[in-house]
Amino acid sequence: MTWDWQVFLQDTGAGETYLDWMLSAWGWTMSVALLSLAVALVVGSLMGILRTVPSRALVFVGNTWTELFRNVPLLVQIFLWYHVIPQIFRPLQQVPSFVLVVVALGFFTSARISEQVKAGIQSLPRGQRYAGLAVGLTLPQTYRYVLLPMAFRIVIPPLTSESMNIVKNSSVAFAVSIAELTMFAMQAQEETSRGIEVYLAVTALYFVSAFVINRAMLFIEQRVQVPGMIGVAK
Amino acid sequence: MHKKLLWILGAALAAGSVHAQDTLAKVKASGAITMGVRESSGVLSYTLGGSKYVGYHVAICEAAIEDIEKAIGRKLEVKYQPVTSQNRIPLVQNGTVDLECGSTTNNATRQKDVSFANTTFVEEVRMAVKANSGIQSVADLKGKTVATTTGTTSVQTLRKNKRAANLDFKEVFGKDHADSFLLVESGRADAFVMDGSLLAGLIARSKNPADFKIVGEVLSVEPIAIMVRKDDAALLKSINGTIARLTKSGELDKLYDKWFMQPTPPTGATVKLPMSESLKDALKNPNAKPMEDYAAK
Repeated sequence: MTWDWQVFLQDTGAGETYLDWMLSAWGWTMSVALLSLAVALVVGSLMGILRTVPSRALVFVGNTWTELFRNVPLLVQIFLWYHVIPQIFRPLQQVPSFVLVVVALGFFTSARISEQVKAGIQSLPRGQRYAGLAVGLTLPQTYRYVLLPMAFRIVIPPLTSESMNIVKNSSVAFAVSIAELTMFAMQAQEETSRGIEVYLAVTALYFVSAFVINRAMLFIEQRVQVPGMIGVAK
Repeated sequence: MHKKLLWILGAALAAGSVHAQDTLAKVKASGAITMGVRESSGVLSYTLGGSKYVGYHVAICEAAIEDIEKAIGRKLEVKYQPVTSQNRIPLVQNGTVDLECGSTTNNATRQKDVSFANTTFVEEVRMAVKANSGIQSVADLKGKTVATTTGTTSVQTLRKNKRAANLDFKEVFGKDHADSFLLVESGRADAFVMDGSLLAGLIARSKNPADFKIVGEVLSVEPIAIMVRKDDAALLKSINGTIARLTKSGELDKLYDKWFMQPTPPTGATVKLPMSESLKDALKNPNAKPMEDYAAK
């Protein structure tokens, strides 16, 4: 087998090279991943917190949300958002598929983050919560100043995995016509017949993206660590 | 122990190199021949469920295998190996598949890796639209959304036409043909650009075939042929002989009629795609010209 890396310099027929196209696809992958991550972190943290509050109704909301999005396969969720829901709620047809994918991937991951945030909060001794309330803090204040600062530090390692997963999971976006890396790979290998080179390059980009996120999270973990607290390994 | 392992490895390598040689000798020795088929390539090659594969190209290949059996003087066990757009060329190259009977376009890039028998089908890339959409040609696509399927040559065709015609339209990509068709059906796309035979098949199988029609100029002409390992002259000669025999006796026309003009299993839908002039021409003057030669015309 011979290598032909110059395939990336060929013209795609639209006045750009396959390399240009691949970099633009990488941009789409990272946009989907990072925006979904933002959605997932906000919604996931909120749902995770709801699952630990005294109100039964709020716990129920958090649990329902988590189980709903955790028990349906990601690709099925994407299709539900793209094909089914817009048929029921017509105005959603005008929403670009990029937004739908960000929402779908974000909600899917939020269920997993909610589980981790809940575990982080529950891993703290119960006395912490009571101590917070006993000194006169309201419940939100107790969360804000006592529980969450520690809980979030504890769950940084699983959140790192989740952030890396979201980059890899963003590959399902090809199914709803986002021109991201996986779609580029499928299309470019068909057009150029150089599948091995194309897939190797795409693999490298996925690896680099996930690895950069890994290093960034490690940096955050070390910067925010509190000496003597559990959950921080150095 | 190590010696034994080495011996096995050596034997495996030797067997591997036999694969790379003459296919006729290989099938004569093994008594089995493997046909590469597609799960869903219009009526050219598709599955009826289970391990039953049928279609226009499958029928031609079955005739070719009968001729091979006569030539080598023994009965062959025919194995069906489903292939995809992504793996069909590697599987032919590494010997898993002996002859691929799907819907592979014969183009110059692929001819570097594999060989093609004489053209047995000519695909014309056109577009399917809703019958009431008012779209008649590529020029009407201005400002519209056009669907096509990821991993097909039609994407490139569309891109080239877009640049040539200086048209502004949005592209969306389905993950497979059924998905792309759904995009048009559900109104997310206004047109679906794809091989004519696939479009005809999708329309025939849709809920309301009358709601859709195939319109517009031919965007690209692609010769489709049976694919074999590179430079396997003996096998090519045998297959081309079969194609010539079927053409001469009129059996090929009957096969075409059976798959493209009559109701096809399993649903009884009719594709209704009369034989194109380019295909008639290719059958009259048998050739294995790549797609690039058609475009130049």
